[in-house]
Amino acid sequence: MTAPVTGSVHSFDISTGVDGPGTRFVAFLAGCPLRCQFCHSPDTWFQRNGEQTGVDELVTQIRRYERFIKVAGGGVTLSGGEPLQQPAFAREVLTRCRALGLHTALDTSGFYGDRADDDLLDAVDLVLLDVKSGDPDTYRRVTGTGRLEPTIRFARRLGERGIPIWIRFVLVPGLTDDPANVEAVADLVAGMPTVERVEVLPFHRLGAAKYAALGIDFPLARTEPPSAELVERVRGQFRARGLAVY
Amino acid sequence: MVQERKEAWRGFTGTTWQQTIDVAGFIQDNVTPYTGDAAFLTGPTHRTERLWRELQRMFVDERERGIYDVDTHTPSTITAHGPGYIDRSHELIVGLQTSAPLRRAIMPAGGLRMVEAGLKAYGYALDPTVRAIFSGHRKSHNDGVFDAYPADVLAARRSHIITGLPDAYGRGRIIGDYRRVALYGVDRLIAERREQKAALDAELSSEDVIRAREELAEQIRALGELKTMAAAYGSDISGPATTGREAIQWLYFAYLGATKEQNGAAMSLGRTASFIDIYLQRDLAEGTLTETAAQELIDDFVIKLRIIRFLRTPEYDQLFSGDPTWVTEALGGIGTDGRPLVTRSSFRYLQTLYNLGPAPEPNLTVLWSPALPEGFKRFCAQVSLDTSAIQYENDDLIRPAYSDDTAIACCVSAMRVGKDMQFFGARANLAKTLLYAINGGRDEISGEQVTPPMPAVTADVLDYAEVDAAFDRTLDWLAETYVDALNVIHYMHDKYAYERLEMALHDHPVHRFLATGIAGLSVAVDSLSAIKYAQVKALRDETGLVVDYAVDGEYPAFGNNDDRADAIAVELVERFMTKIRRQPAYRGAEPSLSVLTITSNVVYGKHTGNTPDGRRAGEPFAPGANPMNGRDKHGLVAAALSVAKLPYRSARDGISLTTTVTPEGLGHSREERIANLAGVLDGYTDGGGFHLNVNVLDRATLEDAMAHPENYPQLTIRVSGYAVNFVRLTREQQHDVISRTFHGAL
Repeated sequence: MTAPVTGSVHSFDISTGVDGPGTRFVAFLAGCPLRCQFCHSPDTWFQRNGEQTGVDELVTQIRRYERFIKVAGGGVTLSGGEPLQQPAFAREVLTRCRALGLHTALDTSGFYGDRADDDLLDAVDLVLLDVKSGDPDTYRRVTGTGRLEPTIRFARRLGERGIPIWIRFVLVPGLTDDPANVEAVADLVAGMPTVERVEVLPFHRLGAAKYAALGIDFPLARTEPPSAELVERVRGQFRARGLAVY
Repeated sequence: MVQERKEAWRGFTGTTWQQTIDVAGFIQDNVTPYTGDAAFLTGPTHRTERLWRELQRMFVDERERGIYDVDTHTPSTITAHGPGYIDRSHELIVGLQTSAPLRRAIMPAGGLRMVEAGLKAYGYALDPTVRAIFSGHRKSHNDGVFDAYPADVLAARRSHIITGLPDAYGRGRIIGDYRRVALYGVDRLIAERREQKAALDAELSSEDVIRAREELAEQIRALGELKTMAAAYGSDISGPATTGREAIQWLYFAYLGATKEQNGAAMSLGRTASFIDIYLQRDLAEGTLTETAAQELIDDFVIKLRIIRFLRTPEYDQLFSGDPTWVTEALGGIGTDGRPLVTRSSFRYLQTLYNLGPAPEPNLTVLWSPALPEGFKRFCAQVSLDTSAIQYENDDLIRPAYSDDTAIACCVSAMRVGKDMQFFGARANLAKTLLYAINGGRDEISGEQVTPPMPAVTADVLDYAEVDAAFDRTLDWLAETYVDALNVIHYMHDKYAYERLEMALHDHPVHRFLATGIAGLSVAVDSLSAIKYAQVKALRDETGLVVDYAVDGEYPAFGNNDDRADAIAVELVERFMTKIRRQPAYRGAEPSLSVLTITSNVVYGKHTGNTPDGRRAGEPFAPGANPMNGRDKHGLVAAALSVAKLPYRSARDGISLTTTVTPEGLGHSREERIANLAGVLDGYTDGGGFHLNVNVLDRATLEDAMAHPENYPQLTIRVSGYAVNFVRLTREQQHDVISRTFHGAL
């Protein structure tokens, strides 16, 4: 007899069009191994930032939106933090949602991709994969603590299992915008057979207030968001490889 | 006569509507539902563009001066002003409220004071002869009301617990069935009225019968005046319209007559698009009209609707900003036979927002159902994204409660066209009522005893049961005082400012609603929730008056799809409606309730002290049934589902929710945004939500908010996972938001 699985959940949100297709219940799980310089949610870095929540409890909450989501079109997204930091909890929640007939998505950096077992992946309809950089050194610089290799490995597994991927790439001037870096990401992504689209997300500073509240320095406080031209250039680099870019 | 009708009704099917006045039956028998997309629509003609440009030049002056022009000499009636034109030789649909465009009329029968104050605010003075007549010889509605108001109503009015009452201006929210003039011609309508009046001759002359006879006589007179007015424009509207252009023109003359006679708070149009479509379809089939010409007629009609103006005071504008007229038109919906009532003309009306650019009037209102044709749903969502100019109401709630020929007056008030009217009742302030309950009926700002003395709550830490019991007593007083005020108002309005023409375009006898309303629902609910789930300490001044509250701990707030708070809201709406139902209503009207403030939530908040939810004195309430700004933590859908729980059966005059989204907050591509918004509307409607205002922010709005933050105290931007109050961001962050939100979307 095992104890019921619980997870640390920071918050949830019902959002439309930004965390996967349609209107979605997005659960933000607390705890993340990476320390991305552009992170807009430093309040989800540690598991202690969330509340211990039972699978039943979270699924009950999700079910309050089940009908709306089904009528409106959409699903459930586990985001974070890094949801794969709590793989057993993620697996249970995704499996239960799938059983309800809800479309499921996992929003992850892939850094902990090895922790996702096959059962977990069987319960996932879509992975929103954050590729922070295409070059190992830049990856390390952007994330502070991460390595690129696990993400590549995870993407390969997704490809083998035929799980669709939406790539997300955060464009930060002076950090990730180097043409060579973008080329590397684009090459990497172009080699993933199940990628359906690439979302280039312009860096923003809306998380600044959270850093201030937590008493942490926001490393990119002085970095401007990318210009429209820069965003277009980067999207073009992806498009050049025949990828659908948003 | 018979020959004339035969010609006018050529090609139409069905007989019931020919024998009795039955526009809904005519529509059911003849409508051609359209299930395609928007590809058939055409742009504006040069003529339309030129005419509209001419007016746009005048709008600039109007905005600068407040009003463009006013006739200070002529109390308006259906025939008081001679014909007016924008550009006579280039207008397809003619008729203005006065002899020139944007020249406002005076309507002193509603209240002389309102007219004088309105004129003075813009640097005009009333013609002394008019003043002499209306102060010495002719009593106004406003005078009548204040002759009969009891003292407690005056006190409640003064302390702003009941505000915005139509006691100094036209009550509005009455929709004549203007289509009848087009379908039947005025003579047929007069004949029907004569028969109805003759039938009353058989009855003894009781007060009710006398009044009914007099009203019918006035209605007949008004219909005659309408013919005279139309004749001055060269149209004989005694018989039915024979073409699409005539149908629009006849219908517009009827509406125009109403706006010449009444300065109503809301002068709504009804449900005209699919009616007109039947005529346009016939012309198209007969080869006498092209799609471009059909659209041009609609464009020209809508131009006329966009320049309806009333003379109002700055105080009125403070309540309802933006000089609104609420020329509300209900589009779409599903027929009781299951066929959609969407026609090509439903699309054409929406297309005016492109051909003439976005505008708040006419107030285009889509009656939404998940069962609407996909092409129409997508076009509506697209228009919302591009213009923010349409609102949505739940056709699946309205149709069974009323009929499939129901229109919206003002914003959310459903009425069967030509069968129901309402006595508009503004709204009572529930948040302030809760403060009165705690203070035994003393006003928390002035200290004045407004209700009869009641026991005040004396505990330091507020006890839910005790507060709730006191609240219940105070709500009893409120319901009684409120309905008492409305009875006086509507008695006097009928007596001194009767809507002769609008009522001539209703069935006789008509079904009446007494439309009450509430403001401050989410503040009252959150306050009760705080008292119940957190600890709220009352802070008293030296006279024992509670003037502030200290909240210790967390409480569930309305707007998070959390039943603990939402159940309080549901119960409160039901409870107040039950109390309203107990009051005797003037003319046997059926009481109803709305949860709607439009923009008056700001003024209500201004006149309400600190509240137990932690809201500070003077802070605006949330509009309508909205959750308090910033307390809805899980996004629009969670907030919408909280509001959707409010029971329509207890708020049959409508429940309003206003939302603001950025294009980015609906998806990455235009296609995605359209599909997602349509999906959200389906989900909300399916979940029982009644009304949704969808504001899709554009760059210009955000830039204006940066320049004038005082105008946007509640502008909220949602970014994945959290919401921010835009005007509280630093300049730098605001720029971030703008660049982020509108990347690639321009």
